[in-house]
Amino acid sequence: MNAVAESVDAALAGRRIEAVVIGASAGGVDALVDLLPALPASFGPATVCILHVPADRESRLAELFAARLALPVREAVDKAPVEPGTVYFAGAGYHLSIEQDRVFSLSCEPPVHYARPAIDLLMESAADAYGASLAGILLTGANIDGAEGMQRIRQRGGLTIVQDPAGAQAPAMPEGAIRLCAPHLVLPLAAIRALLPQLETTI
Amino acid sequence: MKHPLEDIDIELRMLVEAVYLKYNYDFRDYTGASQKRRVIVAMREMECATVSELQAKVLHQPEAFARLLQFLTIPVTEMFRDPEYHAAIRSQVVPHLSTYPSLKLWVAGCSTGEEVYSLAILLHEEGLLERSLIYATDINPESLEAARRGVFPLDRMRLYTENYQKAGGKRAFSDYYTAAYGGALFERFLMENVTFADHSLATDSVFSETHFVSCRNVMIYFNRRLQNRVLGLFHESLCHRGFLALGSKESIDFSSYANRFEPIARRERIFRKAAE
Repeated sequence: MNAVAESVDAALAGRRIEAVVIGASAGGVDALVDLLPALPASFGPATVCILHVPADRESRLAELFAARLALPVREAVDKAPVEPGTVYFAGAGYHLSIEQDRVFSLSCEPPVHYARPAIDLLMESAADAYGASLAGILLTGANIDGAEGMQRIRQRGGLTIVQDPAGAQAPAMPEGAIRLCAPHLVLPLAAIRALLPQLETTI
Repeated sequence: MKHPLEDIDIELRMLVEAVYLKYNYDFRDYTGASQKRRVIVAMREMECATVSELQAKVLHQPEAFARLLQFLTIPVTEMFRDPEYHAAIRSQVVPHLSTYPSLKLWVAGCSTGEEVYSLAILLHEEGLLERSLIYATDINPESLEAARRGVFPLDRMRLYTENYQKAGGKRAFSDYYTAAYGGALFERFLMENVTFADHSLATDSVFSETHFVSCRNVMIYFNRRLQNRVLGLFHESLCHRGFLALGSKESIDFSSYANRFEPIARRERIFRKAAE
């Protein structure tokens, strides 16, 4: 555990995180139920969560989590500013991006890896908007969406954290990202939960 | 905290500026993230190593611009997309439209026409098509041409039939098309009162008074400044208490027109011009 703590400290050193993007697919709701309540009411960064949800169903994720979290929870709306201290969920049926001036935007481009919203597109655009002050977290999932997004976050200097595939409900998604981008940290869900509140306090 | 632009972001601005100066197509107020993705696809397909190379090519070769335009515009749509929306048009808008002796409707950013055909079928079934004039506008001449032709891929018909039924369709959807030219050719009478026209929401002005404007999943590609311009056009075009229909995730809350339209079906994004 000491080795883990040391690598976490090293990865966080000198960073000021302004936004966290969390992507997941199969098993993702359970993982977020585990993870997100660790966010303290005082958490400063914006947190944007994106799960693969069927296009023909309204996403109820924002409602589901609003009752469980100490922070305000909203569905990300087109052209709404990304507010600090707020947890957002991507809605169903549209891709979600973050623009350079840090507002959300939606689009109907074709699905990526059969997914719309696609994790890659959100992460790539967020990496452009936030550079080194972005943290990307990729969790359980049964396809490889998110790997390229994590790679872009890494290239733009952001922090990359991937759930240890060994403990993930579906390992393909974290495995894909580990192969492509050599993330800063590969951790079990419990360790990511412990790390989450630290993201805002590190300088 | 501001961080430096990457080269590609600088090149993208120069590309849209060149396109505007040379061809008068204005993409400068389109949202950056999705535009960037589409330019990168165009760059690969058109065998350019950088956006600057693409820009030079487009500047000097008009046929290269015609090609780029196909990437910059987003022809992703389906017939009776969001069946609840079309059901709400039937139940909440049609009763008002029925009171006018003649109707003008505007489908703005009609792309390849799926929305126009859906609207025409709906109006036909409600007995309004004959007294309607529909303007269907877009900036992409190839899309407009496809819309005029009215031939859609056969493999989409299953989805469209499902949508149509959920939207309260009154017949068999297959009544409206025949298999031909390797696709589904839609009935000509649907388009008899439709005028397809080249019109830019970014640079052109209002051309007619209308009773109903539909502009679905178009403004999501615009920044707030352009969204405000476009809502201004619609407000100007619409008659007293005219109707405005947007895509299912589009909002006017962040625009300067938030109080000048009132929602009549909030979830389906159908609005009515507020009384003034």
